[in-house]
Amino acid sequence: MSPLRNVRDWLDERLAWDDLIAPLRKKTVPLHRLSYWYFLGGITLFLFVIQVLTGILLLLDYRPGANEAFESVQYIMTQVQFGWLIRSIHSWSANLMIFTAFAHMFSVLFLKAYRKPRELTWVSGMVLLFLVMGFGFSGYLLPWNTLAFFATKVGTEIAGQVPIIGKAMVIFLRGGEEVTGATLTRFFGFHVAVLPGLATLLILVHVLLVQRLGMSMPPKLEAEWSADLSAKREMKFFPNFVLRELMAWYVALGALGALAAIFPWNLGVKADPFAPAPAGIKPEWYFLFMFQTLKLIPPKVWFIDGEVLGVLAFGLVGLLWLLLPFFESDQPSHTKRWITGLAVFALAYVTGMSVYGHLAK
Amino acid sequence: MESKNRGTAHPSGQPPALIPRRRFVEVLLGSGFLATAVAFVYPVLRYLVPPQTADLGGDSVVAGKVGELKPNSGKIFRFGSRPGLLIRTVGGEYRAMSATCTHLSCTVQYRDDLREVWCACHNGKYNLDGRNISGPPPRPLEAFDVQVRGEEIFVRRRREA
Repeated sequence: MSPLRNVRDWLDERLAWDDLIAPLRKKTVPLHRLSYWYFLGGITLFLFVIQVLTGILLLLDYRPGANEAFESVQYIMTQVQFGWLIRSIHSWSANLMIFTAFAHMFSVLFLKAYRKPRELTWVSGMVLLFLVMGFGFSGYLLPWNTLAFFATKVGTEIAGQVPIIGKAMVIFLRGGEEVTGATLTRFFGFHVAVLPGLATLLILVHVLLVQRLGMSMPPKLEAEWSADLSAKREMKFFPNFVLRELMAWYVALGALGALAAIFPWNLGVKADPFAPAPAGIKPEWYFLFMFQTLKLIPPKVWFIDGEVLGVLAFGLVGLLWLLLPFFESDQPSHTKRWITGLAVFALAYVTGMSVYGHLAK
Repeated sequence: MESKNRGTAHPSGQPPALIPRRRFVEVLLGSGFLATAVAFVYPVLRYLVPPQTADLGGDSVVAGKVGELKPNSGKIFRFGSRPGLLIRTVGGEYRAMSATCTHLSCTVQYRDDLREVWCACHNGKYNLDGRNISGPPPRPLEAFDVQVRGEEIFVRRRREA
């Protein structure tokens, strides 16, 4: 017997290990022309792990504080060996993770995987998507450069447009009336403690739900399969699908490494709270569609401030999006057309506005 | 309901207590836990609200020196914890106003090509009196009074009349 086998048996004798992974062995993944979309959630998870690992490395040298943050990131990028690479990977992986999370969300929407019994999987996933955007927003400020400073100023000010609780929310987020070093320490706390804790917990719930409920079949394909049983094809989750997923992670890692090395992330100019906002200032690409929308709303619509209207509208859309599965029919044969229509519209809107925002002066 | 039944079915035949013992313990424990929770949560909530910091700016500040600004230019100065904008017009006159855009509080700047005040974040524009003239800003910038005393340019918040 090999030593590995010995360790395995030793553990199995004590923990009944085989019972624990038995459900994974029984689980199957449907094989069809859209199976590739099943990889996206896993890739997002993989990028999250990369974020945790590179984040821990950055923590070793980063110092929060208005007088130190920029210098410490500069130190990481210029003095620490491979510091530039670690930070570049952290930034690139963050952006890729947000992209894959969005792609995952839309694929689930188009494959109609959010339907009963997977409503809670969708809700936990949407909350995770909001958390991921929170990660992006809070992490963006940490290098304390000019772009980040104004992005935070505008972003928190937008939160302040919410009626009644807006003002209190801004003060809570900024740690005072203005964006200062106090904001930086708060965002640091959110970014490295609060959000990772919440996200880890939710990821656990999300993945457990996915394992518990199995892979969803698009209703159309499911109907085809039940009409012609011989068309049905499946793959074992373990080890077949897991190995394929690992290959996808390997490719993602390659893409990430290449991007981080060939296009290292910039640091920019240190934030000066008493300098005018630089020309051409824009938020990160994943906030661009909202930024551009807010830009297009006139200052006053009827009697409401344009900003307030925009913020309320986005809040409402976000809430409806979170609850989308509850508007869907329980019957796979009667899925609601308007939800697909809405998904197409949302994808077109987000893409169109992002491109417009990118090109607009 | 449950306590009543238990009371009547008491084996010793004694009359049931006014407040059954179990209920009493439950209320005692429950209120104890509640008080503990409040004692923990309240300080945490208060901790999360940042302390008030004094705005050390006062009502008047030296925004710059005479000769520092050429005609048709502007500079940002500190007014307490917030930025202000001092402009010297083409005619050589000084104007001062808050530099915090009334839209989403970016810091505005003087554009010598437009001879207007401009916010880079969302393309808001103000005239030299601080009035919002185009783009998303909903209100004018707060205008300040400017006084030149000797070599120094003083900027003063306008008193509410």
